[in-house]
Amino acid sequence: MSLFDLRIQEIHNRLAHKELAVSDLVEYSLERIRSVDGKIRAFLTVDEEGARAAARTLDNQMRDGDNERGLLFGLPAGIKDNIVTQGLRTTCASKFLANYRPIYNATVMDRLNRSQSVTIGKLNMDEFAMGGSNENSGFHPTHNPWNTNHVPGGSSGGSAAAVAAGEVYFALGSDTGGSIRQPAAYCGIVGLKPTYGLVSRFGLVAFASSLDQIGPLTKNVEDAAYVLQAIAGHDPQDSTSAKVDIPDYISALTEDLQGLRIGIPKEYFGEGIDPQVKEAVLAALRELERLGAVCEEVSLPHTKYALAAYYLIASSEASSNLARFDGVRYGVRAEDADNLLDVYRKSRSAGFGPEVKRRIMLGTYALSSGYYDAYYLKAQKVRTLIKQDFDHIFERYDVIAGPTVPTPAFRIGEQVGDPLTMYLNDILTIPVNLAGIPAISVPCGLVNGLPVGLQIIGKAFDETTVLRTAYAFEQATEHHKRRPQL
Amino acid sequence: MSTITDTKYETVIGLEVHVELHTKTKIFCGCSTAFGAPPNTHTCPVCLGHPGVLPVLNRQAVEYAMKAAMALNCEIATECKFDRKNYFYPDLPKAYQISQYDQPIGKNGWIEIEVGGKTKRIGINRVHLEEDAGKLTHVEGGFATLVDFNRVGTPLIEIVSEPDIRSPEEARAYLEKLRAIMLYCEVSDVKMEEGSLRCDANISLRPYGQHEFGTKAELKNMNSFRGVQRGLEYEVLRQTDILENGGRVVQETRRWDEAQGKTFSMRSKEEAHDYRYFPDPDLVLLHIDEEWKERVRSTIPELPDARKERYTKQYGLPEYDAGIITSSKKLADFFEESLRYTSDAKAVSNWIMGELLGYLNANNMEIDDAKITGEGMGELLGLIEKGTISNKIAKTVFREMIATGKLPQQIVEEQGLVQISDEKAILEVVDRVIEQNPQSVADIRAGKTKAVGFLVGQVMKETKGKANPGLVNKLIMERLDR
Repeated sequence: MSLFDLRIQEIHNRLAHKELAVSDLVEYSLERIRSVDGKIRAFLTVDEEGARAAARTLDNQMRDGDNERGLLFGLPAGIKDNIVTQGLRTTCASKFLANYRPIYNATVMDRLNRSQSVTIGKLNMDEFAMGGSNENSGFHPTHNPWNTNHVPGGSSGGSAAAVAAGEVYFALGSDTGGSIRQPAAYCGIVGLKPTYGLVSRFGLVAFASSLDQIGPLTKNVEDAAYVLQAIAGHDPQDSTSAKVDIPDYISALTEDLQGLRIGIPKEYFGEGIDPQVKEAVLAALRELERLGAVCEEVSLPHTKYALAAYYLIASSEASSNLARFDGVRYGVRAEDADNLLDVYRKSRSAGFGPEVKRRIMLGTYALSSGYYDAYYLKAQKVRTLIKQDFDHIFERYDVIAGPTVPTPAFRIGEQVGDPLTMYLNDILTIPVNLAGIPAISVPCGLVNGLPVGLQIIGKAFDETTVLRTAYAFEQATEHHKRRPQL
Repeated sequence: MSTITDTKYETVIGLEVHVELHTKTKIFCGCSTAFGAPPNTHTCPVCLGHPGVLPVLNRQAVEYAMKAAMALNCEIATECKFDRKNYFYPDLPKAYQISQYDQPIGKNGWIEIEVGGKTKRIGINRVHLEEDAGKLTHVEGGFATLVDFNRVGTPLIEIVSEPDIRSPEEARAYLEKLRAIMLYCEVSDVKMEEGSLRCDANISLRPYGQHEFGTKAELKNMNSFRGVQRGLEYEVLRQTDILENGGRVVQETRRWDEAQGKTFSMRSKEEAHDYRYFPDPDLVLLHIDEEWKERVRSTIPELPDARKERYTKQYGLPEYDAGIITSSKKLADFFEESLRYTSDAKAVSNWIMGELLGYLNANNMEIDDAKITGEGMGELLGLIEKGTISNKIAKTVFREMIATGKLPQQIVEEQGLVQISDEKAILEVVDRVIEQNPQSVADIRAGKTKAVGFLVGQVMKETKGKANPGLVNKLIMERLDR
């Protein structure tokens, strides 16, 4: 059994009894990266020196008899590379930022530091979080630990693969249209997208500001609750961060689902869903019923418009958010530019990959004078309708459940030439971001040796019920105990 | 070119004025807004637009903008939002400016200006809040451009007038009134030279009687009030010339060149930016309730127009004098402070209009630079009334008061300027002067009384201005009558 299969409480007990040191956890992580990351390629930057120094500090603290321990004390963490880490290279998996060392920390990094986890390094992703396979990384693709010929999903593919491969104890990712949940499903782990505004976005390099949200990727639901507990809460540096009381997510984890009302959207089992995926998810729903929940079919009628609305809104915001990468102040500047316009054109042409360019162009077009009303404004109206769809269901149901992704992980290269098919992977996760509500993906089976995810969607700021539902399911099944053979 | 007077065209002008709000910190981060710091020292990841940063709105900036908009008689929005104005330029680190597009903080306002003795109302279309850009310096020779981000993120309001302005002179009067109102509200120091007030103008001509507007030119780069007036005057002539010769004015942006006294084309309508405005998703809607509005409204002082009216009614000042004095809050405050020490408002007004403004103009000074106090002004008038000093000496003392801020009594004592009213002492000098100027004496005796003035002047000169001139006059006449 891997050291990282121990529960957090067990690790903390062993640390307290000097049966284990933080340095052991960090060395275990580094050793695991050395042995498997050549196949997985989840990491863009491994901060051996920083991690070892942090481990020493924590071990010294233990030796000095200081028993005040942060919630995530000593746990080796991987950070998606669009979360800003002071002094530690942050690239967003873009050649543009290949040389960028941030001069400040993201709020979530401050919170992790406060809870005393140890940052091992920065994880691969689709460039600027645009994509669902990690094939859009400006450096190299990441491989699915269950079958290295397959993608790990994306955009937090590095985060999901690193956790699934046991390289880190937990990872942070970001979810704009499914970027935590989809790779979690593909890699057989737990991925939680919190309610928009629950976790500070300060220091998350923006892709689509009104959709982006940071969340945990973990081996199990309990770990997800721990990490969420550490990073959630109001941040005065983020105007969109909510001023809400943070509940105790950990103690809310019970196995009691008696009377829980679950809505099953018929639209989530429609055309395009893999029959085996459908079967695995239906089996999971039967398990939830067995645990005392009531499942009923419901309808989210505007689901079919979500994808189009999402690509207009997200790309519009991205076109503006990514405009700051102009080669003037940081990042890579074209060497051979003759004038100002040339600096912009050449730096951006060389720095951005094709998917990023595609979305910048799409967003620029959608915001252009004369097209704004037909595209951006209309998409915002659709967004309101989608939100209303969820509001209606949540008047009568506690959570909504269905598949996270219609299919298991596809083969690397299989969809690269076909962006539209690639976009379809997100149809079940995108509506959640448009509505700003929380959702989790938990493992619910294997199809041809590749994991399948069950998605549980909740009311805004009701992470507690989402986590409890997922936890009860997880504890009643064995899916989360399966590990890929590497 | 034609001259400006013989035109058959009506001039239509609208002004877009940017005013920097002098909050302590920037609009979306905690950096200082102080002017004149070494380049790039008042910066942080937020105003430098580093990846991942987010803006947080400065409440003080909102209140200053509300205050300014209220003083311009605008309706204040109960809900407004911020939008991104997207364009690439090295002085704009995020490549978008956070501004307000369709929900400005204030709209439908007006101010009154006075030109040629007539009062006219100029409409204010909108007042919106936005952030300033950085400052570019092009190195001589053109091999480099330097950028200073100290200014980036300084809160600005943009005040957009209706096209109600009909002459360059009115444009200038409008700017001066705007400036005065901003100073009264104490939201900005509105110095055009330091860039805390900037003005762009839209100008077009149309035949008198025509309802539709003509094609406009947008004028930029005017760096003084005089520059605005001159630039617009030039444009009137240029556009008149085009129309007179059967041509058509091209819609374009033109740059005023102060040195050459001309405007030059910068870019045509086709080259205009598409700013792709959209609501900034990093900021939430701003709600302004009645209570907040009233709290801000209560901080607005009596504004120039109201003060002017009060000065004419309460103190009987001439319209013109009251207008000049109230055009600057500092000046008006000085006027009122003086009245705590003297009841002679007219005399104070005369000293301000004559000596004070004359001195400031001659020395290129602002009222801020003058150290004179209201107490000093009151004391000076008392000294004149008591006959301690003559009017002429008083002027010398007054200039000293402006320069040093000392009280007049102290100046008079230090410099021995007390008026000589001792008849015996003056008589000695009178006799000497009469003796030295037989020709003048003869002229006076022949009835040319003008020559008395000359003799008085000579006595004053001998006494270094300290003799009581009334007494000198009386003594000369007595001596000659004998």
